[in-house]
Amino acid sequence: MLTINNLEAAIGEKQILKGINLQINPGEVHALMGPNGSGKSTLASVLAGREDYEVLGGQVEFNGKNLLDLAPEARAGEGLFLAFQYPVEIPGVSNTNFLKAAVNSVRKYRGQEPMDAVNFLKLIKEKMKLVEIDQSFLSRSLNEGFSGGEKKRNEIFQMAMLDPKLAILDETDSGLDIDALRIVAGGVNTLRRADNAVLIITHYQRLLDYIVPDFVHVLYQGRIVKSGGKELALELEEKGYDWIKDEVDALA
Amino acid sequence: METIDKPDFKQLVLSQLEGEPPTDTLRQRAAEIFSGLTVPTTKHEEWKYTNLKNVLARPYTFAAATEVVPDRVAHFMEQYEEGTANVLVFVNGFFVSEHSHIASAESAVAICSLQEAWAKFPETVEKHFGQYAGFTDHLFTAMNTALASEGTFVWIKPGQVVEQPIIIHYIADAHAGNTIAQVRNLFVAGAGSQATIIEHYNSTTSEFAPLTNMVTEIFVAPNARLDHYKIQNEEANASHIGMTKAHQERDSYYANTTISLTGQVVRNNLHIDIAGSNCEAFMNGLMAITGNTLVDNHTAVDHQMPHSQSNQLYKGLLDGKSSGVFNGKIFVRPDAQKTNAYQSSKNILLSESANMDAKPQLEIWADDVKCSHGHATGALDEEPLFYLRARGITLDNARALLMFAFAADVLARVQYEPVRRYTERIIAQRLKMDVYDD
Repeated sequence: MLTINNLEAAIGEKQILKGINLQINPGEVHALMGPNGSGKSTLASVLAGREDYEVLGGQVEFNGKNLLDLAPEARAGEGLFLAFQYPVEIPGVSNTNFLKAAVNSVRKYRGQEPMDAVNFLKLIKEKMKLVEIDQSFLSRSLNEGFSGGEKKRNEIFQMAMLDPKLAILDETDSGLDIDALRIVAGGVNTLRRADNAVLIITHYQRLLDYIVPDFVHVLYQGRIVKSGGKELALELEEKGYDWIKDEVDALA
Repeated sequence: METIDKPDFKQLVLSQLEGEPPTDTLRQRAAEIFSGLTVPTTKHEEWKYTNLKNVLARPYTFAAATEVVPDRVAHFMEQYEEGTANVLVFVNGFFVSEHSHIASAESAVAICSLQEAWAKFPETVEKHFGQYAGFTDHLFTAMNTALASEGTFVWIKPGQVVEQPIIIHYIADAHAGNTIAQVRNLFVAGAGSQATIIEHYNSTTSEFAPLTNMVTEIFVAPNARLDHYKIQNEEANASHIGMTKAHQERDSYYANTTISLTGQVVRNNLHIDIAGSNCEAFMNGLMAITGNTLVDNHTAVDHQMPHSQSNQLYKGLLDGKSSGVFNGKIFVRPDAQKTNAYQSSKNILLSESANMDAKPQLEIWADDVKCSHGHATGALDEEPLFYLRARGITLDNARALLMFAFAADVLARVQYEPVRRYTERIIAQRLKMDVYDD
């Protein structure tokens, strides 16, 4: 589904990704962990098409297409979804109008007719339950004045509405209380299928108690330096990142 | 060097005054003042950002009452829900009775052309006409006072709540040539009354460029409430110079919303005198312009008495080579303690060639007041744009959504819904927005 080959990227003069290799297949859940500044969020941003980053080298193939050639909206049309680390507040745009615009834009990209009002409301009602959000949520401005937990739940709600092939969760768990964390994880688990995949970017092992990954990768200094199964996350939780840093530094 | 366009325009007006010498003392005084004033250039502080040279250089004629071609003007009267409203239509400044209809009872509100009002309600007209819109240093107001004969008179009787809006269409019919239309309005809101008045300016398209010079005087009696809209959608070659002057008595509410959508040079002066305590004044403005349009909003609120508040919210969306000006003055006199006066001007430049000049001017002589002002001009934020695009929304639609969002707080202040919908529709069409739901 997603093949990242030797991806290098910079912001301004500073190179952050120094050769990322990663393969994600349908049905898999990958967790990407690593200390602050290792490049986790940069990878998410580059994949979603944020223009602040310059790709210096490498390829990314997504469902047979060259992802890096596509505009952000086309990536979403192809089925890529980024749950933002810091969801943007947009006063004056209601959640409903935003969702309608997003759902119908993606449908248009895929050559489908716009969804009519009845089916759209039905879809909203169904997906709202997943993340336990309230009807009043819909008429509010997008993320405006939302608590941290509400914002993250709204990201998962959007994910449910857009039904992506690959969802990248960029620190969706950071700062969540345990109830919100359970809701977010429950939403993601419900959406898991054999034909879609999830890339979870996180600092903490805690989320992985609820969304169990098939693979765990450690990103350090712009490279994936270690990969393993879910037990790697537990080891990192227990021992921190220093032993990995030591291993890498010893090789250097 | 400023060249010699000045005498031409002035000469034109002076010739007109010679041909139709004013008979009453007010008009005579206005004509005298006019002849002593110079046509403003950009050296004039009040016209620093708005160059009238090209607009005033045209060989204008003064509009005469011409035959109205229904096909040219009828569609302008279908913009709001007008069937049950009070509707007045003026073409080139002249009242067109066959397109006008009054729905409200005259016992609640007198609505007629100003000429008719001089005959029917001489005392009320005399009491207020020319009393508020000062012209000693306003060339165009002096010109209007000396020459304008027609416009709208609205007199809301004390204690009356007028449910039906009063919609006035001013149509500059450019087929008549490079004409100057002069419009003169007088709105009197009696004590404890309430009404909504919409002034809507349009023009027809031809090779000629019309100029409208309008003055609206408004008297808001104690405890009266008036919602007043000025909507401008004149064609890109039509210019507009306007003075709206409101006088508020105690406990009154006056809200002005000025929406400018196109035109060549559009100058809106909006002055409010708060002459009683416990008044509320709202000044809302939205410009959504492109091409070579210039829109200049000059506001002034004069707090003369205590315990009142004024609130100015001006927003601009500027595309193409358009320019915007916001100049907002707040005066708080020594007696006007406990005044709250707010002013905000926010603008988005959608192209590199668009330009905005904003200038706040606060003069505060009272010590126990709250006043604030804020001005910001910038491009659309990248972060929200990326967020929307990452959800599949195309760049054009994402920009359109954000522009609507930007204008939302001004539009939210538009109490009369047909005006809000009209404005949203025009902006949506301009943005070629297909995500907009009516």
